[in-house]
Amino acid sequence: MAVLQTERPVRRPPARTSHRRQFTGRTALVLLAFMLPAIVFVALFTYYPLLNGIQMAFRNYNLNDLSDTSWVGLKNFRTLLHDDMFRGTVKNSVVWVVGSLVPQFLIGFTMALWLRRKFRFRGTYQALVFFPWAVSGFLIGILFRWMFNGEFGVVNDLLMKAHLIDTPVPWLADAKYAMVAVIVANVWYGVTFFAIMILAALQSVPDELYEAAAIDGAGKVRTLFGITIPSIRTTLALTVLLRVIWIFNSPELIFGMTGGGPANATHTVTSYMIQVTQEGDYGRASAMGVMVVFVLILFAIFYLLAIRPRTPRTTARKVAG
Amino acid sequence: MIRSETLAGRIARFGGLGICLLFTVFPLYWILVTSFKAPGTIFAYPLKYWPGDFSLENYRGLFSQSNFAVFLVNSLIVSTVAAALSTVISLLSAYVLARFEFVSKGAVMGAFLVTQMIPGFIALGSLYILMTKLYLVDSRWGLVLVYVAVSIPLCTVMLRGFFENVPASLEEAAMVDGCSRLSALFRVLVPVMTPGLAASYIFNFVNCWNELFLSVTLLNSDNNKTIPAALNGFISSYNIDWGSMSAAAVLSIVPTMVLFAFASRYIVEGLTAGAVKE
Repeated sequence: MAVLQTERPVRRPPARTSHRRQFTGRTALVLLAFMLPAIVFVALFTYYPLLNGIQMAFRNYNLNDLSDTSWVGLKNFRTLLHDDMFRGTVKNSVVWVVGSLVPQFLIGFTMALWLRRKFRFRGTYQALVFFPWAVSGFLIGILFRWMFNGEFGVVNDLLMKAHLIDTPVPWLADAKYAMVAVIVANVWYGVTFFAIMILAALQSVPDELYEAAAIDGAGKVRTLFGITIPSIRTTLALTVLLRVIWIFNSPELIFGMTGGGPANATHTVTSYMIQVTQEGDYGRASAMGVMVVFVLILFAIFYLLAIRPRTPRTTARKVAG
Repeated sequence: MIRSETLAGRIARFGGLGICLLFTVFPLYWILVTSFKAPGTIFAYPLKYWPGDFSLENYRGLFSQSNFAVFLVNSLIVSTVAAALSTVISLLSAYVLARFEFVSKGAVMGAFLVTQMIPGFIALGSLYILMTKLYLVDSRWGLVLVYVAVSIPLCTVMLRGFFENVPASLEEAAMVDGCSRLSALFRVLVPVMTPGLAASYIFNFVNCWNELFLSVTLLNSDNNKTIPAALNGFISSYNIDWGSMSAAAVLSIVPTMVLFAFASRYIVEGLTAGAVKE
C-alpha cells in the first residue's frame, strides 16, 4: 500500500493538539523511550538491509558461489544494460505501467463522478466495490489466471457467447496476448483506488462553484474541464504519481498470474529482479534494485517539477525570455 | 445538489455503476462458484455459471491432500502477532510525533515516508543474509519481526492522524491527576481512539496476511509456511489443481474481506488524510 498525500477531504474543527511548550529532561527521556521501538525496528529490518543492498550492487555476490565476493565496480550494471532479457523487462514495465494506468484513471474518474451525487445504498455500493483492496495482488493474479485459462476459462466462454471470438484464445500461453491479460487484471485491481481517491477530492470542491457555473449557463463538459478538474488538480497529479510508482513496484499480480511467462513476455523489471534474487545472484539483483529506486526518484522529481502550479512570476519570465 | 439530472442521465449513471459493480464482483463470484463445484464438473463444457449440486469436495481435498490447516494456522499466528506488535509500537511513536515538536521530528517522519516509496522486496537478498546471521530464517517469529518493521511507518502515519482528532487536554488532565504519561496514554487516549486503533490493526493484519515475497524468501519448511508462501508452491507446479486451488483462494480471501468490511471507512479516512502535511 502506498502512502497517500492529498488534500484532506473531511473538514474538522481545529483543535489544539500540539504541546509547543518546552518539555523537561525527564519527559524527553520518556518520549525517547516511546519512539525507540519504532526506530529500532525500522532501522534494523528496513534501512540496514537497504543500505547493505546498495553496496552489494557493486560486488560479485552470488549465493551459489560465495568464494569470491570482491568489489567489481559497475560490472553488474554494465552486464544488465547489455542483457537483452533485462532490456525486454524495461520495455514490458513501460507497457505494464502505461497500459494499466490510463484505463484505471479514466474508469476511476468516471466512477467518482457518478458517485459524487448521493443516492440510496451509496455506502453499500462503495463497500462492495471496495473489496479488491482487501485481496492481495498475488491472489488477484491467481483469480485471473483461472478466468483467463485457455481451455476452461470463463473469459473465453463469455467472449464466445457474445460472438466476439470464434475459437478460444490461449491468453496466458501465447506471448502476444499474455500482457493484455495481466493488464486487464491490473486495471480491474486498481480502478477502485482511483475512484475512492478522486471521490474524496471531489467532495472537497464547494458546491457554490457548481452553482455559479450553472447560473453562468456552463454545460457539463465546460463544468468538468473548467471547474472540477482544476479544483482537484493536485490530488489528481499526486494520485497518478503514487499510482505509477505503485504499479511499477508491484509484481505480485504478475507472479500469481503468469510468473513472468510465457517466454518472459510479462516479466517486468521488478518481477525479474525477484526472480534473479531467488536464483541467488544478489549482486545483480541489488544492481537492479538500485536502478529501480534511482529511476523512480528521478521520475518523481521531474514529475513534481512538471506539475507544480505556475506562479505568475514564472509565466512573466517566460514571456520576457 | 448541483444541478437537476435528466432521466437519461440518471439511467446512464446507474447503468454505468451497475456494470462497474458487476465487473468488480464477478471474479470473486467465479472463484466461489468454482470452489463449490464437484471436482469433475470444473472442467466440463458448457461452463456452468451456477454450481448446481453444491459440493464441498474441493475443500475436503485441500485439507486432506496438503498441509493447508498448518498454513492457515501459521498465517493466523504471524498476522495476529505482527499486527498487534506493530499497532502498539506505532501507537507510542504516533503519540510522540502528533503531540510534540522536537528537532529530529522531520527526519523521523521523512525516514518513515521514504520506506513507503521503496518496495519492501527491493533488498530481499540482504534481508535474507541478515536473517541468516540472526538465526531467524525459516522461523515464523523472524517473519513476525520483519512484518512489524514493514508495518510501523504507515501505521504510525495513520495513527498520528487519528491522534489529531483527540484534544491534548484529555491526557493533560489525567496527568495532573497523577497518571504517568504511559498510563494516561493507555487509560485515557486508547479508549477514545478505539475505532482508529481497530482500523489500524485490521489494516496491518490484512497486509501481513497477504504478504508474498518476504514469506516466500524467509520460510522454506512446510511446517512454517504461511498461506501465500504455500500457494506460491501450488502454482509453480506444472499442473495446477484448480479445484483445491479455488478452495484455497476462497479461504484466504474471505477473512480479509470480512475484516476490511468492518474497517473500510476508517481505513479510507486514515489513508486519504493520513500522510499529514508538515
